[in-house]
Amino acid sequence: MSIWIGKETRLVVQGITGREGSFHARQMMEYGTNLVAGVTPGKGGRTFEAKVPVFNTVAEAVAATQANCAVIYVPPAMAAGAIEEAADAGIPIVVCITEGVPVLDMTLVMPYIAERGVRLIGPNCPGMITPGEAKVGIIPGSICTPGPVGLVSRSGTLTYEVVHHLTGNGFGQSTCVGIGGDPIVGTNFIDVLTAFNADPKTEAIVMIGEIGGTAEQEAAEYIKKHVAKPVVGFVAGQTAPKGRRMGHAGAIISGSAGTAEEKFVAFEAAGIGIMRRPVDVVELLKSVLK
Amino acid sequence: MNLHEYQARDLLKAAGIPLSDGDVAVTPTEAEAIARRVGGTVVVKAQVHVGGRGKAGGVKLARNPAEAAEYASQILGMTIKGLVVNKVLVVPAAEIATESYVGLILDRATQKPVFMVSDAGGVDIEEVAAKTPEKITRLAVDPRYGLLPHQALKLALALYRDWDQARAAMKIMHQLYTVFMTNGCSLAEINPLVTTPDGKVLALDAKIIIDDNELDRRPDLAVLRDESAEEPSEVTARRANLTFIKLDGNVGCVVNGAGLAMATMDLVKYYGGEPANFLDIGGSSNPEKVVNALKIITADTSVKVILFNIFGGITRTDDVAQGIVTATQQFKVKVPIVIRLTGTNEKEAFRILESVGMTVLNDMDAAVSQAVALAKAAA
Repeated sequence: MSIWIGKETRLVVQGITGREGSFHARQMMEYGTNLVAGVTPGKGGRTFEAKVPVFNTVAEAVAATQANCAVIYVPPAMAAGAIEEAADAGIPIVVCITEGVPVLDMTLVMPYIAERGVRLIGPNCPGMITPGEAKVGIIPGSICTPGPVGLVSRSGTLTYEVVHHLTGNGFGQSTCVGIGGDPIVGTNFIDVLTAFNADPKTEAIVMIGEIGGTAEQEAAEYIKKHVAKPVVGFVAGQTAPKGRRMGHAGAIISGSAGTAEEKFVAFEAAGIGIMRRPVDVVELLKSVLK
Repeated sequence: MNLHEYQARDLLKAAGIPLSDGDVAVTPTEAEAIARRVGGTVVVKAQVHVGGRGKAGGVKLARNPAEAAEYASQILGMTIKGLVVNKVLVVPAAEIATESYVGLILDRATQKPVFMVSDAGGVDIEEVAAKTPEKITRLAVDPRYGLLPHQALKLALALYRDWDQARAAMKIMHQLYTVFMTNGCSLAEINPLVTTPDGKVLALDAKIIIDDNELDRRPDLAVLRDESAEEPSEVTARRANLTFIKLDGNVGCVVNGAGLAMATMDLVKYYGGEPANFLDIGGSSNPEKVVNALKIITADTSVKVILFNIFGGITRTDDVAQGIVTATQQFKVKVPIVIRLTGTNEKEAFRILESVGMTVLNDMDAAVSQAVALAKAAA
């Protein structure tokens, strides 16, 4: 009941001994994620929480534990290197939580991972959760419940707000994916929509966008042509002043492309249900799911 | 981070790009001396991080050094869109034969640096893009290989048919690309790139935006930040590790996370109110951040109500509650506070706030509509 992560996930945490990494590694273990290894250069040979082996490199971790998914909690200046290391170790799915990665670093990471067939989620994202199976990242497990709704979002806490409404009204989730708010991210809306469309357990899709760029418009165009499942969508930043950065590097409006209104217009043209408020997700889903 | 025009010019000059003479001045006397040194008619330009400087009277043509001093004294200290002008750039008024636009931006769609050049320069490039997109040549550069010679030639030929000018432009394309990559830019722009009547190619005005994420590892770039040219409340917020943007409304907002903060502002508007600010306290939640956030918001006298919207994930809502209690004990908050908290440790958060007589909601719509009603009643 999922895309990309689930019961079969064998997770390695890069930066497991750091403040953020150790906190979230514990949370992921408590949720029931199969955390098989940690990596911190120089701390190989230790054991995390008395059961997870720590290695110096991702390659060593993969050789010893057959890890097949990596999550990254290293400082921004080391994030690009951590992604490339995971890719070279043969990890097919890499989730980078780190916020503040220089964008020029990402211009070099993208062709590197493309050549190695790696799916990268993020950076600057909350990660993914397949409720009841696996959590990779920082989305609070307590607000999620298994079910038929696939959710994809550019933001963090706004995702939690929408999931909270879903769970509270009986709409469980197949997988929730936070793709991140940076200008260059490894996985875009269309990648996630394609996966949800092919996933038999996903019956409806919720898409949470933000001002800035044209990713939502391109997603709407894709939905119109290729997605048969019902989609509902929200765009944050309807009241944002033009040309101002609102926290996420992604949320900057420049030029004519990128306002919330333009994105809503594209949604409407593609037959996407319009959420003017986060809570609207409930009524919209009631109308499309029995 | 936006650079001033004079700072952008310095980076271009260091890379070898031909620029008009001129320098930056902080006093009328300095402006006069620069005008005397460069000779002839000069332009005195306010160095401030907003568009529309000319319309606001921040750009003046001075025929001699005395006039340059006079205009500098008018412009220095003036306020343009709320920002005080502390510096002026004094440059010779170039004689112009043609004007072009050369820009290099980090493009989300191609995930590469992309050149945009147009021989319809000197005007608003966004207008050109909207009305006559065929006049803009775009070229994505693969950062693994850099700008290739034939690519630079294509860009140069899009601007000039004269071979000497095209060769000069080719060199400038390479130099601008180097500036972009070595300074962690998200935008580097020459507008206009001009030719003079005697055929020289020259950069007249420059704009550079540096990716904020570069500043931690590049102290040499971080020092270019001119805090005196920014909204003071935004500077205070950044020092407290908060993201704050002042807006025109009267509902002060304190939210964790940028997306939820924008959605909260949108909801304020939905219920008929106007947000006074964007404020993201970020993921970690030490009570001190909340105290700083409240200090910044209460300093704005147009704020009639303060709305907290906290969804606890990594953020512990009891930390936020403790911050609210600490702040209200440290200084008197004169406007009503509406608090919405849900998520991690919310029971403890409710207990903390209710023990000091505050009411707490756990629904976003209920909290926003209550805040808007209070703001309207107070206005």
